[in-house]
Amino acid sequence: MNVRQNKLASLAALGLVGGLALTACGGGSDTGSTSGSGSDNGGAAASGDYASLTGSLAGAGASSQQNAQTAWTESFMGLVQAQGGSLNVTYDSVGSGTGREQFLSNQAAFAGTDAALTEEELASSKEVCNGEQAFDLPVYISPIAVVFNLDGVDSLNLSPETIAGIFSGKITKWNDEAITKENPDATLPDLDIVPVHRSDKSGTTENFTEYLSETAGDVWTDGPVEEWPTSGGQSGEGTSGLISTVEGGNGTIGYADASQAGNLGTAAIKVGEEYVPYSADAAAKAVDASPREEGREDHDIVVKLDRTTTESGAYPLVLVSYLAVCGSYADQATGDAVKSYASYIVSAEGQKAAADNAGAAPLSDELSSEAQAAIDAIAVG
Amino acid sequence: MSSTDVAPDAPEAPEQSSLRSGGRRFGDTLFSTLSVGSGILIFVTLALVAIFLTAESMPAFRESKELAGIFGTADPAFSLIGGVAPYIFGTVLAALIALVIAIPVSIGIALFISHYAPRRMAAGLGYMIDLLAAVPSVVYGLWGGVWLVPRLEPLYVFLNQTLVWPSWVPLVPSGEAIIPLFAGDPTAPMRNLASAAVVLAVMILPIITAMAREVFLQVPRLQEEAALALGATRFEVVKTVVLPFGRSGVVAASMLGLGRALGETMAVLMILAPGATFSWHILEVGMHNTIAANIASKQAESSGADMSYLIYTGLVLFVLTFIINAIARWIVSRTTVKG
Repeated sequence: MNVRQNKLASLAALGLVGGLALTACGGGSDTGSTSGSGSDNGGAAASGDYASLTGSLAGAGASSQQNAQTAWTESFMGLVQAQGGSLNVTYDSVGSGTGREQFLSNQAAFAGTDAALTEEELASSKEVCNGEQAFDLPVYISPIAVVFNLDGVDSLNLSPETIAGIFSGKITKWNDEAITKENPDATLPDLDIVPVHRSDKSGTTENFTEYLSETAGDVWTDGPVEEWPTSGGQSGEGTSGLISTVEGGNGTIGYADASQAGNLGTAAIKVGEEYVPYSADAAAKAVDASPREEGREDHDIVVKLDRTTTESGAYPLVLVSYLAVCGSYADQATGDAVKSYASYIVSAEGQKAAADNAGAAPLSDELSSEAQAAIDAIAVG
Repeated sequence: MSSTDVAPDAPEAPEQSSLRSGGRRFGDTLFSTLSVGSGILIFVTLALVAIFLTAESMPAFRESKELAGIFGTADPAFSLIGGVAPYIFGTVLAALIALVIAIPVSIGIALFISHYAPRRMAAGLGYMIDLLAAVPSVVYGLWGGVWLVPRLEPLYVFLNQTLVWPSWVPLVPSGEAIIPLFAGDPTAPMRNLASAAVVLAVMILPIITAMAREVFLQVPRLQEEAALALGATRFEVVKTVVLPFGRSGVVAASMLGLGRALGETMAVLMILAPGATFSWHILEVGMHNTIAANIASKQAESSGADMSYLIYTGLVLFVLTFIINAIARWIVSRTTVKG
């Protein structure tokens, strides 16, 4: 009797633990796999012969690129396999800072980063890059959406000054005159605005606050920051945490990677005299209209985003994330693998994979060919 | 500390006896060497952690306002005390609230298992409680953030807006929450310190319950029966015999729970909307954060001196845990003498 009961109890316990384990797994990434369609194309767009690629290639860095990198690694490995090579590419989304550190201490062959390498980092990169400097390649362009949760309202027109006013706590009601003036057609309730920010340190916050401080510097006075500058107010951990916080309240407003906006209402931001809703094309247009950062080496392609652009149809609230690679790799296999992988990423095919899986804006042809020229210049061996 | 003093002597004693008995005690020597070695390993590990934390904090020390004079730093970026103090406050406050919630419930469950429940049910219940301890903190975080937070909202609104001073009571701020801890201006979703503390309480519940249950089961049967023979009801037995006997055990259990609550990272990270203030208003969002959750949320995007400062906050947590453990030991030793 007693024995039987113990058995029953342990069975029940097993069931419980199993259920919990499943729950734990379910919390992970929700990107669908893409390798199937990728391998069919057989490397037509991406350059090179993949048959000789073997071994493994490890990268690390920005979590903003995670979904895109998942798509890239999977379909790239599919392409290599289709040609008879066997290369294992991994991307560890440990965050930009940690990724750059791993790259500069030779633990990762390439890094994904939301901020381009600094001068100091470029100088220290010579130690791990066979005497050459490392450089940045723009690989991932993503519009940042201003998302809100307000009953009966799906879209709003907001100027940078209004957004800055909301996030700095100067505009506190949804029916504030500043908002109603820009949205004569919307019925806005007499409800408190609850601004939601990212609780962790993030490139999204930096790009968002940089946009605010450059377009509405007299309202947003805290400058571009990676960590939210003030205490108080709602926040969420990571993009998904922010989205769930915005969804969990009424009258909430936040900012997030546009691909994660889901069912939330989104704002069209004022550019010049018109209001532009976010879209991949509009984001790409804003990047194209922006100049390069000065004082960089030839192949170090860093975009100095022009947040105040008045270009029609451009959406300047974007995040550009980079791939940091060495100018020279001592190891033949690693060098070949990095070159092939980077070429794939900046190719039309790779950019399409990122657009489909991560909602990214594809690189323009011009930027893509510039990046390809830089990749070709990587010395190997 | 006393164990280190004993350690050097310990291996020698069996060695002498093994000589005397002609090597028959080889197993003894081996075992005592192994156990002394394990004991020393703990100290070595702790020392290495402390050294690592201190060494990695050096850039932060160098860049700090407090030590700028010593290092001759021109433009210090950090404040060693001001920067970390709000997080210490948040860490301790969250852990204490969790403890206040968890201790009574744990004692209740432990008493039920040891003295009230039928034996079969007690075994099953004990098993379930132990299972709670096996749930990963990420799951607690998800559960807390997604399921619990919206359901706590009505309670918070009641505490904050209904349980207020009526206007006819003189000398009080009418309309303010009667319990100052619940004052302030909470907004939904309630990702505040109170929610985090409730989840922490659930997480430390099994630890405290398991230990308290064991202690209550150790109560001498004869004492209990003597109390019953004197006409005590079951409640009186618990009050006069079981609880006094188990007091030091419960205190020790609570301190173990406190230790876990202080260091818990993931659940806090997923529930709390952080801030860095010394606010006592635990229902207000974006006011508090714990050291561990703060490190976790910032380490990914930090490098160089920023990273070093985060490691320094880790050092502070390390020291804080030591201090709290020392206090716990002191309390346990005091209560043991009394009991």
